[in-house]
Amino acid sequence: MAERVVMKGNEALAEAALRAGCRFFAGYPITPQTEVLEYLSWRMPEIGGQFIQTEDELTGLHMLMGASHAGARVLSTSAGPGWALFHEGLSYLCGCNVPAVVADVARLGGACGGISASQGDYEEVVHGGGNGDSQYIVLTPASVQEEVDLVQEAYVLAEKYMNPVVILTDAIIGQMMEGVELPDIKDHCLDQEWAYKPGMRKQAAGWPSTGYDVYGPYLLNKWAAMEADEQRWESIQVADADVVAVAYGISSRVCKEAVKKARAKGVKLGLIRMITAWPFPKKAFAEVNPAVKGLLSVEMSLKGQVVPDIKLATECKIPVYTYLSVDVVPDSDVVVETAEAIIAGTAKEV
Amino acid sequence: MLKEIICAGFGGQGIITTGILISYCAFETGSQFTWYPSYGSEMRGGTANCTIKVSDEEIASPLAKEIDILVGMSGPAIDKFVGSIRPGGYLFVNSSLVKDKTYRDDINVVMVDTEALAKEADNPKGANMVMIGALVKHTGIMSLEGTGAAIEKYFTEHGKAKFNEANQRALKIGYVKC
Repeated sequence: MAERVVMKGNEALAEAALRAGCRFFAGYPITPQTEVLEYLSWRMPEIGGQFIQTEDELTGLHMLMGASHAGARVLSTSAGPGWALFHEGLSYLCGCNVPAVVADVARLGGACGGISASQGDYEEVVHGGGNGDSQYIVLTPASVQEEVDLVQEAYVLAEKYMNPVVILTDAIIGQMMEGVELPDIKDHCLDQEWAYKPGMRKQAAGWPSTGYDVYGPYLLNKWAAMEADEQRWESIQVADADVVAVAYGISSRVCKEAVKKARAKGVKLGLIRMITAWPFPKKAFAEVNPAVKGLLSVEMSLKGQVVPDIKLATECKIPVYTYLSVDVVPDSDVVVETAEAIIAGTAKEV
Repeated sequence: MLKEIICAGFGGQGIITTGILISYCAFETGSQFTWYPSYGSEMRGGTANCTIKVSDEEIASPLAKEIDILVGMSGPAIDKFVGSIRPGGYLFVNSSLVKDKTYRDDINVVMVDTEALAKEADNPKGANMVMIGALVKHTGIMSLEGTGAAIEKYFTEHGKAKFNEANQRALKIGYVKC
């Protein structure tokens, strides 16, 4: 039976992975994701799984590769500069075509940056993430409950496509507590089709046992299937909207409130709440009012990192504006004010 | 109805736990809530705070611009957040530690001698329970019975059932005497 408990986002992510059948974690602590390790350090042994605090992030992700090749459901998490060290492992997981779930609990700034919340990892996670045409699905939870739900889904997607799946969350969702409903605990059998067995040399499609003449089309087909079938989003009042906000994670929660506030005063604001960042939910824009005056990217970044994706999805046909709150959670009143300025023609397009 | 609460004080005063207990009470009584801590290089003796939002509806940001209730366990904590209290809101002052301060006259100020009352309840470490008792009485955001039951459940689940009676005594004394 589903269990209702109070949990921090980071702990809920960890518990959700266990309940999806994950019995292997390897990684390194870094604020604001440390609770994932703190929690799994006792919970994983309790449930009969392996928890390893590695000497650094690189080792953690490479251990995932071994465990995943053995047929296990695996997890690693990081943040900030730790996430930068994940790139090599992510590229290898993609290159080996093995399933894995990896999470970034984003924090502020480049280099060491700071430990406060930010959404400045979008470009790196969604469009970076490893050398050589690496690509993975990116899921963006906006609540502790969605963290649980999307971790469950991540394992399904990882095995459906034989590919790592990334959860892109942030310090606010990771640190906050909410009431959450947990699913039942699943077991996972190691005897999977993808698991290495004695005498097996390499997976059929896995590079480099085949040349790019075979491997290239395999990847292209895989990515095309992800783009076709795995776009996820929630649309709120977009059909009649004069302005549609586009946001993910913590910012999207604020935008939801902004839509209510705006509508209460007659301002036609809508919202596309992204649930996948890759594939970008392009299909969501087909439902938007054709006479919409502008799209508003609300994000905690300095650059406006979602803007290029919005422009590509709409073929630059709709003006795009931004509200970039960088290191503080966006203010729903400012979202409404910006929407009003867009309607009045006083906002500056990007 | 959305209520925004900040608990603030020195690290080690049970600030984070006080916030968690208020959250559990909201959770057990079927309300929506969010709890968000100050985190990072906090330490015993330094500052600590957490923000709790309780509502019947979905909550957007877990952070607060203006607050309805401030639980101020130390002088610096009160100085930091008192300006954010909405007119008509509540300030609960830990008067065992914070004395001789003057406060805004557009807010309700409740003095809670947490240490003396915790001693009287024969639970010297129960200062935050006393505070929660006072908060429940003056703000009415939760019932005393519901709060007592939620606190008991929390400590039982966390292997601290042996403190249940002492905690209930401290909670009640805060409710009755403040």
